[in-house]
Amino acid sequence: MDYRSAGLTAGIEIHQQVNTKEKLFCHCQTLLRDSIEHSGEFFRYLRVTESEMGEIDRAAQEEMKRDRKFHYYTYDTTCLVENDEEPPSPLNDEALSVCLTIAKMFGMAPVQQVHTMRKLVIDGSNTSGFQRTALVALNGTLPNGGEIDTICLEEEAAQRVKDDIFSLDRLGIPLIEITTSPCMHTPEEVQEVAEYIGMVLRSTGKVKRGIGTIRQDVNISILGGARVEIKGVQELDLIAEVVRREVQRQQNLIAIRNELLQKKASVHDNAKNVTGLFKETKSTVLKKAKQIYAISLEGFAGQVGREIQPGRRLGSEMSDYAKKCGIGGIFHTDELPGYGVTADEVARLRIHMNAGVEDCVVIVAAVNDNQTACALNQVIIRAQLALSDNPVPEETRKMLETGSSAYMRPLPGAARMYPETDVLPVIVDNDRWNAIAVPELLTAKAQRYAREYSIDRNYAIQLALSEKLPLFERAVAEGIKPKLAVFTILSTCTELRREGVETGKISDEDYLASWHAVESGRAAKEAIPDIFRGLASGSSFEDVIRKLSPAVSLQELESIIQKVVSDRSDFVAQKGKTALGPLMGVVMTEVRGSVDGKIVSDILKKEIDSLLAAKKP
Amino acid sequence: MVECTYGGTTKEGIFIIERDGMAVVKLDSGYNIGVNPVSCKFFGHPAESPPKKIKIPQKNDLPALSIVSTGGTIASRIDYRTGSVTSQFDASDILMAIPELAKVAHYRTIPLATILSENMTPAIWQELARAVYKEIKNGIAGVIITHGTDTMAHSAAAISFMIDTPVPIVFVGSQRSADRPSSDNAINAVCAASAATSDLGEVAVVMHATTNDDTCAIHRGTRVRKMHSSRRDAFRSIGIDPLGSVAYPSREVTLKSYTARRGSRTLALHVKLEEHCGLVQFYPGMSPDLLKIYEGYKGLVLSGTGLGHVSTTLLPSIKKLIRSGTMVVMTTQCMQGRVCDRVYDTGRDLLTAGVIEGGDMLPEVALVKMMWVLGNERDPERAAALMQKDLKGECNRRSTHGL
Repeated sequence: MDYRSAGLTAGIEIHQQVNTKEKLFCHCQTLLRDSIEHSGEFFRYLRVTESEMGEIDRAAQEEMKRDRKFHYYTYDTTCLVENDEEPPSPLNDEALSVCLTIAKMFGMAPVQQVHTMRKLVIDGSNTSGFQRTALVALNGTLPNGGEIDTICLEEEAAQRVKDDIFSLDRLGIPLIEITTSPCMHTPEEVQEVAEYIGMVLRSTGKVKRGIGTIRQDVNISILGGARVEIKGVQELDLIAEVVRREVQRQQNLIAIRNELLQKKASVHDNAKNVTGLFKETKSTVLKKAKQIYAISLEGFAGQVGREIQPGRRLGSEMSDYAKKCGIGGIFHTDELPGYGVTADEVARLRIHMNAGVEDCVVIVAAVNDNQTACALNQVIIRAQLALSDNPVPEETRKMLETGSSAYMRPLPGAARMYPETDVLPVIVDNDRWNAIAVPELLTAKAQRYAREYSIDRNYAIQLALSEKLPLFERAVAEGIKPKLAVFTILSTCTELRREGVETGKISDEDYLASWHAVESGRAAKEAIPDIFRGLASGSSFEDVIRKLSPAVSLQELESIIQKVVSDRSDFVAQKGKTALGPLMGVVMTEVRGSVDGKIVSDILKKEIDSLLAAKKP
Repeated sequence: MVECTYGGTTKEGIFIIERDGMAVVKLDSGYNIGVNPVSCKFFGHPAESPPKKIKIPQKNDLPALSIVSTGGTIASRIDYRTGSVTSQFDASDILMAIPELAKVAHYRTIPLATILSENMTPAIWQELARAVYKEIKNGIAGVIITHGTDTMAHSAAAISFMIDTPVPIVFVGSQRSADRPSSDNAINAVCAASAATSDLGEVAVVMHATTNDDTCAIHRGTRVRKMHSSRRDAFRSIGIDPLGSVAYPSREVTLKSYTARRGSRTLALHVKLEEHCGLVQFYPGMSPDLLKIYEGYKGLVLSGTGLGHVSTTLLPSIKKLIRSGTMVVMTTQCMQGRVCDRVYDTGRDLLTAGVIEGGDMLPEVALVKMMWVLGNERDPERAAALMQKDLKGECNRRSTHGL
């Protein structure tokens, strides 16, 4: 696939949670909770409001098609600001500092006076109905020559628990939004830029880590297509695939339009009530429906069921549009008989709808007239789009698990912005900007580690990108040998995790205590896996150490080794000095790793030598 | 439209306002930024979008309600073209903002004032009373008064005393601004309209009952208080249960047995108020000097501690006030419960000095009532008796309500 000649243009938006002490507009901790722990619950309706320019945003209008009643979970770690029951606190200065630091790392120009805006979002993920966001800096550069358009400081939205239930623990965590220009032209390039930006963000040491703490939105268009924004790509590895599939989808939509034009396809509102035709149906969906309507799309046969990207058809797009009215989806004759609908029923449906073989009949099942009218209208709109000069509608889409995507809403416009009148603007003067220290990039840090600590280069890169980097830096500062710390973090822990040991449960303090024990001779470095097994199973560090090192004295050690050697005197005689290796293992098991291997090997070597000397004729 | 240069980049945007030495510019993305005004260069006007004016049809078979606006935020928003809150106010504006209202009634609108409620004055209460009286006299089924929430309870008490009403007079506002999708304005307004078309027959405040969008409470105008600075359910009935409730979205109105019913009173207007009245909250160590400024006032409400006390050091000043003809009424800063100055010595001394016990009246309601009583009754003894008599549900004879 030649993406350049396809005219692929892509940009990305990266959303990264910031690890501040408090949220962006209130003094709650930035702490994620288990939704089972919620201490209260309330519900609200959201209504669309006009922008300051007196317009209504098209994305918001689309959301208004359904009932906007939302439930929210509260916690003992959330407050009235998250509940939209109290005006916001001033913009969190710690978060602004992190944002400015990142802006400086990309060589951006800071906004002289930062104004907080309200971005209308009425999908329920914000109790207020808007997301507070402020443009902080403009015009950055990327190593590949691309540009970063803007960096914004936003509040994180509430997490959806299920359906229309949201959890307020996440709402208000500071979020940095980095938007690149449409400067990328291959799927791989998009992924590389995303990786680079992620690395820069982590270089600050001030961003949250783990699943869901960084999300990418990708903006994609091709020649003859349109700008489409795909939201919520959480795995970096999927970005290139998302881009590939979107290119495929746009190309197929263009191809479908050309076919439809050839077939002289057309869309008319010829909807009819067909409830009676399905009185005896075996289809569970249709049986439950209060009313069933059908519409015949002339010349659409074969195209509605045509795959546009893996697992998605033009019919899926129509279905997504119709779902905005609250229905579960649609059926169409390109996929029927099926889903419990018989060939006989399809034949009758076609006759009733006066539909020929070249036509596709779409069935909508709804609970009332309003819903039916809304859903049919949506199907017509989407079908007309498929036929139009712009067969790829400008949309916001959500990523599906495999990298395909589903329709969410039209692309929002500038009409969704309204000034946040409750937050005062913040001045970023030259003194503040100049005082910001730019942290070392993780890639530079990796090179430095490789050099300064003679750590393998790949190891050093892994370490620099690891969540345990701050722990490593602390350990080195406390006098732990860098190699010991690196080996434990990257190798020992990886092996333990493969065994099923939950190393994530081990605190940084316990890591450090274990290393200090090794450095001071209280434990052998070979004992670290056992210590960690104990810690991961919930024992305290002192308990683990006590159990593992029954404090073998030098004297006891010598007698253990003497016994090991004399019990195996034939083996030693036979193997000579090479017996050292196998016997090391035996002794280390006996002392359960509580003695440094170097000491064991010294004594063992001595004992083997003396046994061999004695055996010599 | 301006071009702004700073930090080596040039951006185009719409110049909005210059504030605190910074030019606020709206970029294409909708974001506002503040830049140094000298870096901006004017180059043209944005395309004017003609003001939308859609006439929303009203259903004449529904009851007629009057909406009197005093500057509440029920349907307002920032207007950047004029730089202020929208001043146009007619039924179409309100119905555009809250289309659901059209299902309840058809409306007449009377723009009375556009003020923040902290700037409310007794003179505006009088204007308001006259306007409301006129509407009722002309046969309207109910009146809705949109009002800022800060002093809504004071105004509701004032209108309670000034108008004997056979129809509902409902005060409504919003705690969370109307320009946010989560605003309580729409539900409060719809519930207020429902209450105004119901069998209710007194002055009430209708606001959210809980933090949920499920119920609005109907509070008596003389027993309601704003008890939280920002929550939707800030308004509470003190010393009694609410008069009723309006369920949302069903709009079903439920009224208590003790709530006055439509038509139970004959329309009358008594607008006179004596403005030379004051309200003082006592605190430990308060100087008697602070009472001196009330010399020459016609009345003073004291918000005392507990059962209705102030320190004995204030007694001489209070005696002096009363001797020179100032009516002094004692209320309690506890808000809940009633005054009883017969239990402790200080209280007895206050009574001997001529202080009038204000029963379980809320301090600010006692003040509004005092203005009305002194405006309408010149005889001190009869005025004192009126202060202790229940006129509009402001005094409970029995304390039936706990905390």
